[in-house]
Amino acid sequence: MNYRNAFMAMLIRDLRIAFRQRAEIMLPVIFFVVVVSLFPLAISPDPAVLKTIGPGVIWVAALLSVLMSLQNLFRSDFDDGAIEQILLSPYPGALLVLARVLAQWCVTGLPLILISPLLGLLLHLDFHIIKVLFVSLLLGVPYLSMVGAIGVALTVGLRQAGALLSLLVLPLYVPVLIFGSNAVVSAAKDMSYNGQLLWLSALLVIATTLGPFVISSALKVSCSYR
Amino acid sequence: MSKVDKLWLWFHRMASPAYFYNIAGRLLPWIAVATIILMLVGSVGGLVYAPADYQQGDGFRIIYVHVPSAWMSMFVYMVMAVNSAIFLIWHIKLSDIVARSSAVIGASFTFLALVTGSIWGKPMWGTWWIWDARLTSELILLFLYLGYIGLRSAIDDRRVAGRAAGILALVGAINIPIIHYSVVWWNTLHQPASVSKLDNPSIELSMLIPLLSMALAFKLFYLFIVLVNSRSELLEQEKRSQWVKELVTSQ
Amino acid sequence: MGEGTGDIPMMEFLNMGGYAGYVWSSYGIVVLVLYLNMFFSRRRHQALLRRLKRLHNSTDNNES
Repeated sequence: MNYRNAFMAMLIRDLRIAFRQRAEIMLPVIFFVVVVSLFPLAISPDPAVLKTIGPGVIWVAALLSVLMSLQNLFRSDFDDGAIEQILLSPYPGALLVLARVLAQWCVTGLPLILISPLLGLLLHLDFHIIKVLFVSLLLGVPYLSMVGAIGVALTVGLRQAGALLSLLVLPLYVPVLIFGSNAVVSAAKDMSYNGQLLWLSALLVIATTLGPFVISSALKVSCSYR
Repeated sequence: MSKVDKLWLWFHRMASPAYFYNIAGRLLPWIAVATIILMLVGSVGGLVYAPADYQQGDGFRIIYVHVPSAWMSMFVYMVMAVNSAIFLIWHIKLSDIVARSSAVIGASFTFLALVTGSIWGKPMWGTWWIWDARLTSELILLFLYLGYIGLRSAIDDRRVAGRAAGILALVGAINIPIIHYSVVWWNTLHQPASVSKLDNPSIELSMLIPLLSMALAFKLFYLFIVLVNSRSELLEQEKRSQWVKELVTSQ
Repeated sequence: MGEGTGDIPMMEFLNMGGYAGYVWSSYGIVVLVLYLNMFFSRRRHQALLRRLKRLHNSTDNNES
């Protein structure tokens, strides 16, 4: 088996397992929708207000749902020892980890991105703003998954990892949150938003090239813990 | 013996726990004295001799504790990151000990930079908190420190904790410039440019001397704390070894 | 400010041009936090030395 086949085998296996638990993969999306729809109730249903807070609300909600969806990323494989097998296999751990994160992104990140235009409508965003929102999430959410996976890999051996995970990961999300929501805000003000989108792409490239190596070495550390 | 050999010998001896413990113990009083002198020079110079700012009056004197704290908050994180890298690559235990010993004091400096910045902001901006670029970066840096400390204390096994926290410190160190840049950029969008009064005051010699001696004093204080903490860590790690036994029973 | 030790310059110094509360509380909290760091680090070291002394003394007694 060459690297490519190994990668594909891992990806297909993970996707198959993920689709078996359909309820679980829907939860982050539902969480996303519910959180966003709470804001009009909490602040104001006034379209002018919703237009100004909309981009930020959607981005923060996306960030939290990605974090939530990641919590069990390596959990079952860690518990039954599959992670050790993956790391001991002759293929680079980083490659297989990348497949895992990609699979996770397909089942939780992608639905999040796809449903975001609907939420944009709920918050009275104009069509051309929704387009920018969509693109910014498309570039930003994979970054969130990749960086979040580092935190998950570091905390997978711990019993109460949830709160610690958010403390580890959320500060690292700051740049993407700033550039992502700001691209949308700039679009709403008829200003150029290319710079922000380029920054998001640059961050995504850094995260996907360095991230898998960091995740696999973090998993090695977590496995040595048992 | 060539110079390189001597250097290696020195390096190995420094890395030997007993030797490090003793040298650190002998250095500590001198560092303490130097810290106190520099702190006195810095405070007297800053509070008495330095001129009051023409705009901010005597409130400006907070700079002599705020800026050194902010510098140290960054510096300590970098020390932690470099030592984490050394530990992860070459497995030198002493590096892990230094990184571990730096976390709390680094978080303290960050906290001080935040609090003094906020106290300074009250008379300058009329509010305790403003989302100024420097304060916001410091706040996020504090979160990074707290995450590091949290991860370290959550893992019982010391060696594993060191490696996991080391990875986190490196990831954080890569992110700090990006976070800082994005926050500064975000700040220039949302604030009028004139607000940032904490930045770039015109520096005179009578201000530079207290500022630099305070900065040096903070650095030496950090060294003091790291050495004390490292000695404790070494004792704990090597508590069964012969040199610790000799040390504690000879007292 | 420099020359007098009389009441007026001292008061003037303490008053900090009306910023007394801000300046002194800043310096105070810096001193407090740094002191606490030093206090807890040193206390931990002393306690550790005492504990290890007891440990090694007791193992000595067991051996003899």
